[in-house]
Parts: sequence; structure tokens; C-alpha cells
Amino acid sequence: MKSILSLKVNGRSRTDLVPDNMLLVDYLREMVGLTGVKSGCDGGECGACTVLVDSEPRLSCSTLVHQIAGKHVETIEGMTRGGRMDELQTAFHKKLGTQCGFCTPGMIMAAEGLLRRNQQPSREEIKEALAGNLCRCTGYVKIIESVEAAAKACSAAGAQ
Amino acid sequence: MNPGDLKGTMVGVPAPLVDGPEKVTGRAKYTADMPAKDALVGRILLSPIAHGRILSIDTRAAAALPGVAAVITGEDCGIPFGVLPTVHDEFALARDKVRFRGEPVAAVAAVDDATAEAALKLIRVSYEELPAYFDATSATAPGAVLIHDDKPNNVVREVHFDLGETAAGLAAADLVLERSYKFAEVNHAFMEPNAALAEYDPQRDTLCLHTTTQVPYYVHLTVAKCMGMDPSQVRVVKPFLGGGFGGRGDTFHFDIVACVLARKVGGAVRIVQTREEVFLVHRGRPYTEIKLTLGMTRAGKLTACHCQALQLGGAYTSYGIVTLLYVGSLLYGIYDIPAVKYDGKRVFTNLPAAGGQRGHGTVDARAAFESLLDEMASELGLDPFAVRRANLLPTIPCTTAYGQKVMSYGLAECLDKVERASGWRERKDKMPKGRGLGMACSHYVCGTTTPVHWTGEPHATVILKLDFDGIVTILTGAADIGQGSTTMAAQVVGEVLGLDWDRIRIITADSMLTPKDNGSFSSRVTFQVGNAALQAATELKTILVRAAAKRLNCQAEQVECLGESFRVQGSEKPGLSFKDAVAEALVDTGTLTIKGTFTSPVEFRGDKKIKGSAIGASMGFSYAAHVAETSVDEVTGNISVEKIWVAVDVGRALNPLAVEGQIQGAVWMGVGQALCEETVYRDGLMMHGNLLEYRVPTFMDSPEIEVHIVESIDPNGPFGAKEASECPLAGAIAAVMNAVAQATGVRPRELPMTPDRVFALIDSREVA
Repeated sequence: MKSILSLKVNGRSRTDLVPDNMLLVDYLREMVGLTGVKSGCDGGECGACTVLVDSEPRLSCSTLVHQIAGKHVETIEGMTRGGRMDELQTAFHKKLGTQCGFCTPGMIMAAEGLLRRNQQPSREEIKEALAGNLCRCTGYVKIIESVEAAAKACSAAGAQ
Repeated sequence: MNPGDLKGTMVGVPAPLVDGPEKVTGRAKYTADMPAKDALVGRILLSPIAHGRILSIDTRAAAALPGVAAVITGEDCGIPFGVLPTVHDEFALARDKVRFRGEPVAAVAAVDDATAEAALKLIRVSYEELPAYFDATSATAPGAVLIHDDKPNNVVREVHFDLGETAAGLAAADLVLERSYKFAEVNHAFMEPNAALAEYDPQRDTLCLHTTTQVPYYVHLTVAKCMGMDPSQVRVVKPFLGGGFGGRGDTFHFDIVACVLARKVGGAVRIVQTREEVFLVHRGRPYTEIKLTLGMTRAGKLTACHCQALQLGGAYTSYGIVTLLYVGSLLYGIYDIPAVKYDGKRVFTNLPAAGGQRGHGTVDARAAFESLLDEMASELGLDPFAVRRANLLPTIPCTTAYGQKVMSYGLAECLDKVERASGWRERKDKMPKGRGLGMACSHYVCGTTTPVHWTGEPHATVILKLDFDGIVTILTGAADIGQGSTTMAAQVVGEVLGLDWDRIRIITADSMLTPKDNGSFSSRVTFQVGNAALQAATELKTILVRAAAKRLNCQAEQVECLGESFRVQGSEKPGLSFKDAVAEALVDTGTLTIKGTFTSPVEFRGDKKIKGSAIGASMGFSYAAHVAETSVDEVTGNISVEKIWVAVDVGRALNPLAVEGQIQGAVWMGVGQALCEETVYRDGLMMHGNLLEYRVPTFMDSPEIEVHIVESIDPNGPFGAKEASECPLAGAIAAVMNAVAQATGVRPRELPMTPDRVFALIDSREVA
């Protein structure tokens, strides 16, 4: 069975005819073409598929897309501003918070969710917020540094 | 080019990855992301039994299901393969026999995932079950059914050597200890699940394969062979890749199955594996038992070493003998040991095949060795740092008894750095109850000098193209698997030519465009591909300098390069722009293409007199020393690694930022192996097939890792560089083991140190 679904993806409203059992990750990757959303496990283990739903981090592999009708979904593709990397993306790039890059979109979205509710997170708060996101390359050290750097850059930009 | 020519405009500078913007914006396309709208979905049926004969496979109902385009079985995959040219014991789909639970048996291509899944359920396979073996004792017991008919006693291989007077060395020692260690099997658990997109063109009879591999060239050869095609009919592309760690060093059944299905349907087929399937492909570090005997003088000097290793290889050979040889060969090259005896054995079992994993072959033996050194130091009342210092290689360069040439050796400096940084001397004997400090060392090769597909070609080839637009394009087959090899090549070329980043483009790992590269394994890429890039860039520079000299009316020797401009040495005039030098260089010749190659000279390829010494032979060795601080909660059995200090001799850090990242990743992976990672099977059924059961450390369980870089400037590495990403793994494991020994008062000898094993350890102390 398919039903009509309306929601907002990265700031744009959409209406699609969507199978009732479709997962958000499949909707985003296959119907919208946002392949920045990654699938790294068989459901809820790795965090690579993390997106924001109304600013809250959510596992798109464990969410039926019809559950979030009318809400706003944001993915890594929606983070750039006028095609330029935002503070988190810049920090992950410059501080090598990304190596192979596969966990990166989910990691950045989880961090974005954190920074929206807590502009100056402590190291412990960063670790807790990202604990559901696995990375196999970095040992997490430079990811933590990236989030700290982004928080600092955001607050500097905010102060101006 | 010698190390003195380094200006440090690009090399030695912390540089973000050249492909970082794609990764952080979601634009990077991995194999599952490659656009192929019409691609059919490929799914693979797996064996539900661990060992048995296939009596019949009935695919009629599956083939008749609407939406199914093709169904294949072992009948369609008749050509065997394997990563070692001498051992082709795998088929893409099982023929006649299955050897582990989860072995691929049949495959379908269908319009969508649900149809493919439904089709798999309609395939009827009948088996005659055979006894299955999951440990060495039962697999090698007299009368055990052979897993492979041509492998008596289910033994993959044995390796033995005895170099020096081991018995006499042990007899002369003041202290001899023999200890046994068990290391659980571990898996790479890279984040991107395996995927392959095969596109077959029936008009041209050609095949294009995008796949998740760190060895595109091996895949190219294997796929062509298994498809009965000429390599000229095949193109292999490695898109962005979500990690490798050695787990993508073989060609896999899914590569070939995707190709067979694509040819059968006359179009495109994509296979994306589930995480469970990824774990079944496996190829991780094998379950290993190490029995180690060391002899030591009262002063802490080693007199002899006897290492016995037993590995469970799983159902297929994969790197088999190579893994086994590495254990023995890398007992050498880090310390001065007068005599070494090695007895290695690898056994087939009815489990997924083991393979190469970061620190290939050496990790478990090194961890055992470093643990035993610590124990012996303690018995003799010596400081563990002093024991390492007492056994350093005495002269550099030197040749080990195994034929390895060590040309640079920064281990002493690594020891000094971590000893100081960790406050070892002040803190070691004052640790509070339940807390410990432990130290250890490790090393690794910088590229094998004898790749498994030996052709006589150079070890690496890089092409540079310079055209009218003033862009230098680097073409390399080197597979960036997240380690940053693409950035490394750009830095080397940019450094030599004095270029800015935006003048460099780089195309990698596409057999249609890039020169062949052997692949990302044995930490070869920086050393070998880096050197080939260095040679190509040096030659291009000569051409540009000559062109500049012509325009500037001077001799080439008088030309001075200032970044992207050229002038006569000492002249005050503005000189010549890069653009004008390029224009001059292209006169009469047109587009410039320069090839750089690198070949490891024959004296670095092992000692012909020692059988097997080609494995573990390298042009360079990197070294690491670690201190770990851990706390052990005896109520919960939890071990927490608070901090690791690590110093690594990387020759020269071409990119200190990337080097740090590689070292942190390796140390962390070692912590995972020490504390929580292990594969578990019950009667051959995989119990760990997801990222919750297979526990990799999360943010919450991961230590602070403080990196110190030591630069010994290797005489043969590009700008003196060596590898950074494999050598720091093993030492991290042993440092944690030694810290736990201090914290608990008992020596852990079984990994990982999960709470149940910690309780057993504490119980053993109380019994004692």
C-alpha cells in the first residue's frame, strides 16, 4: 500500500506517494536522492543514518517515513550554506574529524542536534551526545576536537 | 631528491584531506551511492549448515517468480579463485560442498529487494551434513573429515625455522619463562557495508565493476579470470570507500556474483550486503594461541626466543600462509635477539575465513611478547623501559638474521618520549589501588617488497599530466580507503613542484584512467606510491626548469623555483610565472605526461637462503612505544583505559595531521581488541553478527590518546617517510595488558579482557 506523504526536506516542502512500510533512510536515499544519508548496519547499531527531525537527531533506519509526516527532515546535504561548508563541516574537514568519511554525515548531524540545544557543550556532553554513532577510523579523538572547534566558531560568529 | 631538498611548503604541513569537503557535505559517492537507476538488486542465499555436501539445488520456483531476472548457483561459477596465486580454493557460489554456516550457495537478481528476498526463500537446497569442526583439536583429530580434500589433517600450512642457537640461548639465560596466550578472533568492522555494482554491456562484451575494495587490481584480475574474460574487457573502479583495515584485501564472492548476474541479465546488478553478511565475509585477524618462551640475563638482555603460534584459519585459505609467516618474521626487526625459533601452524575450521587485518600477522605475537617482557622485567626487578633499552638493535643500518634490512630506527627516542610524557618514573610505583600503568612497543613493515601477484613490474607507478590550463593532474591507482593516500600523493607532488593546492587534481583507482597499483596493504602506499610520485614530480620539475631557463636566457642550474614562479638565481627581476613556464614547456611537445616509478631493490626482498623470508621483508620499519593508564573495577569487572601516550617513529610525517589520525585510530583499534572485540560462534552459528554484539568501543569507552611523532628520516622513504597506521596497534594491546597486570596484580593472558575474563583473572589471584 502507498499513501500520500507531505513533509519538508532540507527546507523544501515535498509531497510524494510513498509505500506505507518505507523507512526514512530509504525514502531519503532512493526517492529524494540524498545519498549523503548512510546505512551502516541492519538497524539502529551504528548511527551512520542519523538525520534531524524537527532539530532532534533521529535514526532514519529505524523510522517509518510516514511517522514524520508534516515534520522537517534535515540531512548532511542541507547543512551547507549557499554551497559553503558550515562550522561543523569546516571543523570536521580541517581537524580531520573525518577519515574514510562514511560515519561523517551521521556524526555531523548528531553533533548539529547537540549544538542546537547546547551551544557550549563540555567534552563529556559531546561524548554522551555522540555515543550512538560509531566511527572505526579516528578513535573519536579528532571528532571530539572537531565538535569543540565548531562550537567555538559558532559562538564567535554569534558574538559578532 | 634527498630529504635535504624539503622546503616544507606542502610536506610536513598539517593538511586536511583533499577529498574532505566531499566527505563532510555528503557529496562523496560510495559504491551503494553510485547512480544506476536501472540496476537490479542482487541477493545471495547462504548455507544454513557448517559442513556438508550439496545434493541438489532446485531454483525453478525462484526463477518463475515475477520480477526475478536471473538465478545462479555454483554451476554458473565454475572457476576457482583466491588471493594467493598458488591457492585458489574458493568459488563465488559453493559447488558440491559447503564449508561454513553462511557460505554463499545461490544468488538472484530481481527488480527490488523484496522480490529478491522472496526468491531466495523459494530456492530448495538439500544437503548431506558432515561433521563440522570449530577448534583445532577436533579439526586435526585422526579420522576427521577433510574440509578440503587436498589438505591432509585439515592443516593449512606449518612454518618452522630455527635461526641461531635457541636451546643454548635459553640454557644460558638467568631467567626463562614460558607462557601461553589466547587471542580471540577479531573483525575489521569498517563502517561501510560491502557493496558491488556490476554493469555488463552485451554489445561490447565488457564489464564495469564498482566495488568496496582496497585492492582494485587484484579484483580486476580475479573477476576477469572467474568470468572467463580478458582483463581488457573489464574495468574496475573503487569509489569512496568506508574503511578497509585489511578486510578488503581479497576479491570476494559478491564481486563475482554481481558480475555473473549482470552478464546473465545483460545489464546492471547491485549487491549491498547487510551487516550480518559483512561479518560472514569476515577475513579478520584469526583466533590465535601463542606459546612463548623467552630467555633473559639478569641485566635484562634477551638470549633467545621460541614462539609457537596456532591460528584458526576458517574454511578457506585467504592469506593463510602469509599471515602465518608474518608472525615469525616480525619477531625480528624490533629488538636484538641472538636466536629465534618459530613453529607456526594454521588449521582449517568450519567457520568464515580469517584474513589480513591491520598489523597483519604480527599483532597477537607482539602483544604476547611485550606482555612476557613486562613479566620478566618484574621478576628480575628491572624497569620495563630499561629492558627494552637493553635489547635495542645495536647498529643501524643492520640486517636481521631473517634477512630484513633496518635502515632507520627511532625506537629509543619513542621510549624516551612516552616515558617522559606519561610521567612514568614519578608515577609508576605510586599508582592507587585498582589503577595501573603499563608500557609496550611494536613495529611494522613499510610495504612488502614481494606482493602476492609478482609480475616483475615496478612496485608502484604514478603518472602526472600537465596541460595548457596549468593544472597538474596526478593519476594513481592507489586506493584511498580513508587513510589519506590521495592527499599524500598530492602533497608529495606539490612539495616538489612548489605548487598551490588548487593547481593539483588527482584521479585515483579507476582501471580505465589510472596506472595499475597493487593496492592498499602492508602499509605500502606512502612508501612506494609516495616514492613513485616523488620521481614523477622531480622529472616534471626538471622539464619546467629547463623551459624556464630558455625563457629567462640562463642555464637550468641558475633557475630558482619560488613556489609557482621561476627566476634567475640572485636576480631582482620578477622572473617567469608558472603559466609562462608551462606554455614554454609545451612548445613542440604538447600535453606533458610523466611517469614515475618505484622499485624496491632486490637486496630488500629477503634472504633467498631463508625460506619464507620474502614475507616481512621491507624497505623500512616503523616503531612505536606506548604507555597506557587503566583502572579496573573489581566489582563490575570493567576495565577503563583512561589514557594512552604513544610515540611513533614514522620516518618523516608528510602530513602530521593525518599521521596523528592514523596513530590514534590504530591505538584505539588495539584498545578494542584488548577490551571488548571478539567473534563468537556456537556450533558454527555466528553470534556476533551486528555492531551491538560485536562490541567496538564507543565515545564513552574510548581513552584520551596523546600522540608524539618521532622522525628518524628513513634514507629510502619519500622525504624520509615511513608508515604510521599499522605499527601502533599491537603495542596498545600489550600496554593495556601490562597496565591491567599492575592494577590487579595478575597477568591477563586471554583476550579480550571482558568482565567475565576479568573476574576469572581476579579469582585466579585469590586462589594463588
